[in-house]
Amino acid sequence: MYACIHAEGNPLLLVECARHFSPRIEETSPDTVLFDVRGLGSLIGEPQAIAQAIANRAGIPVSIALSIDPDAAVIAARGIRGITVIPPGGEAAVLAPLPLNLLSGSPETAELLDAWGIRTLGELAALPPLGVAARLGNEGAHLQQLAQGNAGRQIRPLEDALRFEEEMELEHPVDLLEPLSFLLSRILGDLCARLAFHALSADEIRLTLILENAAPHRCALRLPVPMRDVKTLLKLLQLELSARPPGAPILKIRIELNPVKPRTQQHGLFLALAPEPAKLEVTLSRLSNLLGRENVGTPELLDTHRPDSFRMNRFAATNARHAEDAPANEALVLRRYRPPRHAQVRLQNEIPVHIATGSLQGKVLAHAGPWRSSGDWWQTEPWDHAEWDIALADGALYRIHEDLRTGRWFLEGSYD
Amino acid sequence: MAAAISQAQLQTSIAERFQNRFDVVFGLRDQAAPDLLPTGLPGIGIPRGTLTEIFGPASSGRTGILTATLARATRRPEFCALIDAGDAFDPHSASEAGVLLPNLLWVRCGGSAENALKATDLVVQAGGFGIVVLDLAGVAAREARRISLASWFRLRNAVEKTSTALVVVEEELNAHSCSTLQIASHASGCRMQGRLLRGLEVDAMLGPRNRSKTGFTLQPVLHE
Repeated sequence: MYACIHAEGNPLLLVECARHFSPRIEETSPDTVLFDVRGLGSLIGEPQAIAQAIANRAGIPVSIALSIDPDAAVIAARGIRGITVIPPGGEAAVLAPLPLNLLSGSPETAELLDAWGIRTLGELAALPPLGVAARLGNEGAHLQQLAQGNAGRQIRPLEDALRFEEEMELEHPVDLLEPLSFLLSRILGDLCARLAFHALSADEIRLTLILENAAPHRCALRLPVPMRDVKTLLKLLQLELSARPPGAPILKIRIELNPVKPRTQQHGLFLALAPEPAKLEVTLSRLSNLLGRENVGTPELLDTHRPDSFRMNRFAATNARHAEDAPANEALVLRRYRPPRHAQVRLQNEIPVHIATGSLQGKVLAHAGPWRSSGDWWQTEPWDHAEWDIALADGALYRIHEDLRTGRWFLEGSYD
Repeated sequence: MAAAISQAQLQTSIAERFQNRFDVVFGLRDQAAPDLLPTGLPGIGIPRGTLTEIFGPASSGRTGILTATLARATRRPEFCALIDAGDAFDPHSASEAGVLLPNLLWVRCGGSAENALKATDLVVQAGGFGIVVLDLAGVAAREARRISLASWFRLRNAVEKTSTALVVVEEELNAHSCSTLQIASHASGCRMQGRLLRGLEVDAMLGPRNRSKTGFTLQPVLHE
């Protein structure tokens, strides 16, 4: 037996009302909810009593229909106000006077039926089935079954949004990473098994640690590629917690994984060599712990002429960039001193002839320059440089610059 | 002192001793020549699965050779890693030389050779990189000398039988027998013309087995 509630306006209320009676609910349309009420007879009683209980629970004027055929219940609820209980075998009789527009057929079929003078479900139900199928095809046959109340389909139950969240309350506060890792491993094991059951992976881990006499410790790790390997996720959490440990003993652990579809990749014989994403992620976390997050990544040049301006981005080995043109052969590159070293420069006719820094000094044998560059004069940190390339007696080539705003000289780097 | 045994005698001796115990034919297996990564520089290719040292004083063209190799590899495209002990890498000139920066992992070690070695170990163990570069040229030579031969041996073993080329850039040779190719770089002069630096003339000596010499001029990339 299926019950259908139909009311204009509040779909959430209808679903909530249906949840009170059954776990198997279908949201047929925003104003119609169908649900399975089999077994309620022993709890509530006759179908009329069940329908009345549903109406009472809804609390607003609704149309309710009960039938052993789901579609018959839907059509009756949409077409008949109040409570309708369709006895088994009586579907066709109850639906017969209802108009044809309650069926969700195509406009062409509806037009054709109208042209034939068919106005009610009873008239459609009375047509010879073979003739309907021959003229209107599968759709016509299905519409006639609906009109007769014997379509006999299964309902499509509403599924709750999948949540991959686990929490564990601890009997004794934990203040060491090792026992915490053991607990994290258990929770992650359960969550990853559930992910695997649903053929999903996670692209984010959110960890919340409720602490003793302190604010909760929260961390969220975004994963570059979806994964569900317990060891990898555990290692990432361990590295994160060792880099930023919680400030007090832990009373409660909560882990939430954000489910996404797993990454599928077609490998090829001629594709670029790339690190395995899970392994790379752990390696990057280890490197960040060792050297600092800002020192590990891939450089991105900024759209400015300011010397040594770049930004460090997170390295992602997911899609290798291609370049069609050939690189410049035999290019001379600069090795920078960060920060530039302050230098004492002796000038002759405004040309550098001698340089001395902490570890380097010598006579300038050859020079090229000056090359002026300036910018950001409208901001708080402008620059105005005169650059020189110089060759010293030790055979090395250096780039130096004079800061024209302060008159100081700096050793910027060496060509190599 | 016992007379030196020839290769053929040794082979016969082993075969006589073990032939009855093992159902195999004893012989010498030729080791396949390693796949060479092109650098675009005349006569220089970096072998995969081995350790290569590029060494020389400042402004000897070491970084130029390295950048040319990285440019070719990142544009192929392959992912490469640069462990920069002295934080000396200049992304601007590397990009001008053709290095595709999005394919490059840059690890800045702030002047610590020890951290650089640890980082190299981690990156090599992760695998999957076409070239892993350990740039020790930015740290003092005495710090680089402190790295034990065992560490070099471990790094060489880690890349062996992989398609990763481990390249070390430094002032002087440190890995010695652990490196398969040693490129000694030396500047023979620089060219300046008016206000322009025109180039650096470089001689590179390849060792230790094939002691060939090559020369080229590294030129700054000028913009229109």
